[in-house]
Amino acid sequence: MNEADIKDRVSAFLAANDPSDRPAFLRARYDAGLAWVAYPEGLGGLGAPRDLQQVVERELAHTPQLNTGVQGIGLGMAAPTILAFGTQEQKSRFLRPLWTGEEIWCQLFSEPGAGSDLATLGTRAVRDGDEWVVDGQKVWTSGAHHSRWGILVTRTDPDVPKHRGMTYFICDMHAPGVEVRPLRQITGEAEFNEVFLTGVRLSDDLRLGEVGEGWRVAQTTLMNERVAIGGAPVRRGGGMIGPVLDTWREHPELRTHDLHQRLLALWVETEVTRLSGARLREQLVAGQPGPEGSGMKLSFAKLNQALSGLDVELRRDLGYDDWTFRRSEDVDFYGRGAGYRYLRAKGNSIEGGTSEILRNIISERVLGLPSEPRIDKDVPWKDLPR
Amino acid sequence: MTLLYGEVEEELRAAVRGLLADRCPPASVLKRVESDPYDPDLWKTLAGEIGVAGLLIPEQYGGAGATASEAGVVLEELGRGVAPVPFLTSAVLATRALVAAEAGELLAGLAEGRTTAALAVSFAASPYAPWRGSSVSVDGGTLSGGVSGVAGADVADVLVVPVGGELYEVEGASVEVVPSLDLTRPVANVTFTGASARLLGPCDLAEVLRHGAGLLASEQLGVAEWCLETTLAYVKERHQFARPVGSFQAIKHRLADLWLDVVRAKAAARAAVADADAVTVAVAQSWNAGVAVHAAEEALQLHGGIGMTWEHPVHLYLKRAKASEMAFGTPGDHREALASLADLPGPA
Repeated sequence: MNEADIKDRVSAFLAANDPSDRPAFLRARYDAGLAWVAYPEGLGGLGAPRDLQQVVERELAHTPQLNTGVQGIGLGMAAPTILAFGTQEQKSRFLRPLWTGEEIWCQLFSEPGAGSDLATLGTRAVRDGDEWVVDGQKVWTSGAHHSRWGILVTRTDPDVPKHRGMTYFICDMHAPGVEVRPLRQITGEAEFNEVFLTGVRLSDDLRLGEVGEGWRVAQTTLMNERVAIGGAPVRRGGGMIGPVLDTWREHPELRTHDLHQRLLALWVETEVTRLSGARLREQLVAGQPGPEGSGMKLSFAKLNQALSGLDVELRRDLGYDDWTFRRSEDVDFYGRGAGYRYLRAKGNSIEGGTSEILRNIISERVLGLPSEPRIDKDVPWKDLPR
Repeated sequence: MTLLYGEVEEELRAAVRGLLADRCPPASVLKRVESDPYDPDLWKTLAGEIGVAGLLIPEQYGGAGATASEAGVVLEELGRGVAPVPFLTSAVLATRALVAAEAGELLAGLAEGRTTAALAVSFAASPYAPWRGSSVSVDGGTLSGGVSGVAGADVADVLVVPVGGELYEVEGASVEVVPSLDLTRPVANVTFTGASARLLGPCDLAEVLRHGAGLLASEQLGVAEWCLETTLAYVKERHQFARPVGSFQAIKHRLADLWLDVVRAKAAARAAVADADAVTVAVAQSWNAGVAVHAAEEALQLHGGIGMTWEHPVHLYLKRAKASEMAFGTPGDHREALASLADLPGPA
């Protein structure tokens, strides 16, 4: 399959389908294998090389698009995990409405007692015939309130060391016992939720991967999460530095020598980070993925925080656009004020793996440095100090 | 434009790296720095057999007609080895000026590796202040005055001097090497007292320096990579408190951050050779110069006491990095230039 073949398929598809009916058009696009071309045939793809996806996106840019904000967790995390570990029935059942956006997904991983040390999580799932009964609490769950499904990691065997006793499920968010409560953030709004699971019954065919294999399945999800957070292409001067540059150019009266020095240094760091991202994408297209990807999220978190902080200082604006407690559907950095961007960017070094954990991952997996001595590796989960 | 390395570049890298590993490991560089830092035999092999001297010389003058992309890979390797050879000064800087002046005869000698040239310009000059350190005037076919801080002049067979907008070949200059911060690339004061000069052609010195600055970013990348890799190897070996010191998070996090800086230095260096406009050069210099210094400083600190000794080669890298930070403009000079290049004007 090459670029010309793909273009032929897209034109044949466009000739036969009417883009004015959005849901029908997206379903047909999935069925034509033009959803994610690298996926297998019958599951929205053609088993084609990954770089042909951009050809499809270009050719279909004028047709109905996915809502990547709301669908982010489904597309970026749930889908690759289902593809890697799901049964044939699960793939057929879940991937199509996930891609079209008819069913929204959320991620039920972190708990109040299990953040960076996710593997210590304690939400219990106990087998009862063909069903599992789930009890526990999850937190930082974006979009739980409009999700149809959640990807859920649970403790199924407390008697073995923590990494071994976990099982991964697809959680029915409409099941009795699932309670979603908004969690207000420092920005005033609530992107996240707490999810309380009380006697939630999930049938065994919602299990993803083997019993006790949950950690391995979760690793697939997390790997994809970090790529999703760090990977989008930007133009020179785009991204978080954009609004700062606009203010800088439009308001000469706000400029100071000190801010100028700092802005120039951040502009350079933004540019070399952008070039790294471009180089990384070139490597991916050439089929030589490098370890550089692990660092992208770390760079962006630091830059977003520094730039949004500089933006607030530059504007000398003591106000804030809106503290109203309300649910937000997705993160809107550019539709909001500098104060919002400053506060929201604080989450960039926490969500999807803290910057400290990312430095551990880089130093151990990329640089080959030894891990810290561990006291929890061979202790049954139930006996861990907490 | 690509930011990746091609096959030709990887072959060239392997050839240069192999030769340096064999002929100039850091320990032997260290041995010669106080007596006779430049290694003419090594340069002869590099220039003639591997052919690096003629890389940037067009084929019409007997060169390889290669691009900055290949020269950048050579500089990465020479940086990794703090190799005491006049590649940057002769095969990059002087060559660029001679190509622009269409000095075919001199270029033919350089391309074959028979002769080595130096451009009489201060290593502290920049595309924004090209005449820093220079006070040369021309009078009826002779030059008078001097240039301070010239690298590679002491080992050059041919000395070419920019004056105004012209380039001259000069005989009978006095070249006095001064004790230099960078032991592996010492600088000299060059003086002319009615030295006879032959006009070669036009010279846009700022452009030549910008070309040098863009390629220096690749050398700085090589310096930083050596420092990072050597430090990683050391902290995996060195035990304190019954553990490798590299297992402590305080050390691991510093090295992860350094790695991320070096990753970005690689992208910046490749952008500066693939698309060498004023912006990519200024970006690469203002980032990579600092990363090389930071990598060498981290290397020294994380080696502990041994890093402070003369016998460990890390100081050669620190001195190269710190001196290179000033070469062809400091990071601050390049950021200041970006204020107009990238439309980020300062306060009125």
